[in-house]
Amino acid sequence: MSEVLTVGFLTSVLAAAIASGAAILYAAIGETFAERSGVLNLGVEGMMLIGALSGFAVCSWTGSAPVGAAGAIVAGALMAGIHALLTVSFRANQVVSGLALTIFGQGLTAYLGASLVGQPAPDKFSRLAIPVLSEIPWIGTILFRQDILAYLAYAVVPLSWWFMFRTRQGLNLRAVGENPATADAMGLNVAALRYRYVMLGGAFAGLGGAVISLATNPGWSENMTAGRGWIAVALVIFGTWNPARVAIGALLFGAVEAGQFRLQGINVPVSSFFLSMLPYLFTIVVLVIATQRSRRLRIGQPAALGRPYVREER
Amino acid sequence: MSGAPATGRLSGPDRARGSGWRLERVSNPSTVAQIVVPIASIVAALVLGGLIIFGAGENPLTVYREMATGAFGSQYQLSETIVKMTPLLLTGLGVAVAFRMQLWNIGAEGQFYLGAIFVTGVALFGLPGALLAAGPWAVIPVLVLAGMLGGALWAAIPGVLRGYLGVNETITSLMLNYVAILLSEWLVHGPWKNPVGYGFPGTEFFPAAPFLPTWGTTRVHLGLFFGLIAGLVLFVVLRRTRWGYEITVTGGSERVARYAGMATARNIVIVMLVSGALAGLAGMAEITGIGHSLQRGLSPGYGYTAIIVAWLGRLNPFGIIVVAFLLAGLLVGGEQLQLSLGLSSAIAPMLQGTILFFLLGGDLLTRYRIVRRAATPEPFA
Repeated sequence: MSEVLTVGFLTSVLAAAIASGAAILYAAIGETFAERSGVLNLGVEGMMLIGALSGFAVCSWTGSAPVGAAGAIVAGALMAGIHALLTVSFRANQVVSGLALTIFGQGLTAYLGASLVGQPAPDKFSRLAIPVLSEIPWIGTILFRQDILAYLAYAVVPLSWWFMFRTRQGLNLRAVGENPATADAMGLNVAALRYRYVMLGGAFAGLGGAVISLATNPGWSENMTAGRGWIAVALVIFGTWNPARVAIGALLFGAVEAGQFRLQGINVPVSSFFLSMLPYLFTIVVLVIATQRSRRLRIGQPAALGRPYVREER
Repeated sequence: MSGAPATGRLSGPDRARGSGWRLERVSNPSTVAQIVVPIASIVAALVLGGLIIFGAGENPLTVYREMATGAFGSQYQLSETIVKMTPLLLTGLGVAVAFRMQLWNIGAEGQFYLGAIFVTGVALFGLPGALLAAGPWAVIPVLVLAGMLGGALWAAIPGVLRGYLGVNETITSLMLNYVAILLSEWLVHGPWKNPVGYGFPGTEFFPAAPFLPTWGTTRVHLGLFFGLIAGLVLFVVLRRTRWGYEITVTGGSERVARYAGMATARNIVIVMLVSGALAGLAGMAEITGIGHSLQRGLSPGYGYTAIIVAWLGRLNPFGIIVVAFLLAGLLVGGEQLQLSLGLSSAIAPMLQGTILFFLLGGDLLTRYRIVRRAATPEPFA
């Protein structure tokens, strides 16, 4: 047990936390955009799986991990497009449509990916140590010996925050999610904006999937996202629809996940089955705490979240 | 769209108010639409699924023919479909009860496992010899209660969290699925592992008394009867009791229910308990009717398919009976594909997802009417 308390153990857990947190982070940031526009998408798990499979498949065909990641982004956005079509244009129940997306994604990837299981990846995102910065003791090891997708996440978080809270476009996004009728009266095209941000959310979820299949666990296996898409949905609530807080949550989860794997590696006297439960139990605990906090501080979800907007039926 | 207000829209005629087709909300969906739309969505899903199968390099017609014969082709295959229908029916009913109240319990999978775990515990370690000697009719009621209790307790966690603390039940119920499956894996690999199981993860087989009776030479077991009874009871309770009325009202609007003096938090917990108990009963029936021991991979995702069963059956117990049978056929047909053509059985869940997409899209036609309207003057011009 003394191995747990060494600095080396902690830095390696934190470094791994960033790497594996990146997958959840992208998915959660994407879901934040979608929910800010008023559309709840519970299909994150399905979109991540589609992203993971497309990323790996495209990488296998082209031999290039970045092209694979681009494929994952496109595939995720297209999947989200189905959700947008059903919920925005066809006014379908957002919860059920999202569930359908997840079930469809799980089935489709299991079916189409069957022949890719266990195949080696021709390319992957390897770790790149940033010169000078990576030499800083501890911090360098934690922050600057990551892969490109993790570095990209460092930029995505502040950019998303800035976009959402400091730009006109971001104001429009939030207006559509808080009060679509007013946004409509302002001359905003509510449906078009919702399509745009739901699909952006899907693109992010797809990229999150690619982080798993091209960086942290290169390869493809059925249901390889193992509930991370759902954890991402929980993190949006935890992060009170704010990308910066969502990022903190994603890091925390990365740490739980990485710590759990490390503990399994050093034979702590707890069954690995119980260690594997930790991320899921932790999600529940975090969700309870976050709900209490937002109730106390009266930070609610976007007011129009989950409701289709129909002009005649305000 | 640029960031600036789109002034062009203000001067142009509003398309919704111009002449042409528009949608008008229907307050009471017609029965015909309620039946036609689900059937049409199944057909449309088969067409789209066929395109995907074709794209993957198989002949969709061969695949579908093989699936249909695999599911309904002979008496034996029909009986296997009914075997799979049993857990789908019970979990589907459980999901539907919660969904009627707009409680998104997607934890039927975990509740199914907990039911099976409780039953295994009782069947292996908790049955006194006298009860065992009294035979199945003494033992089965005890196990039914154990299974329902296991599922209900597992569902109570998201139920209490939602009812009293306002925590999103969708995510908590889903997270508990993973926990339940890991718990069962720990049991069959660890404390409950069969000492003479040749390293295969699973518990010892139950003593014979807890086996559910089966129909003739088939594997169709008493669990089907549980499901049909549960469907009937639910139908009556939802239509004819005050409580059934309360959960329908709460489903429509929690606020309205609260103003009307209904105990919404308590109703939420009760609905989750009922929902979980039905899923737990499904786990009980599966394990005492088919497996006779707790094994890895007890459920191929019944709890998730249940969501589709419930929605496709329009949250109506009788609809759910029909749909559970059809989707069971899809599962059995998918397994047949794996056996006879060596194709992935994942065709079944893929088609399930597609059916649900079309159903959701088609719902527009049950809730709205397309009407043609002549151009009217701008009311605010």
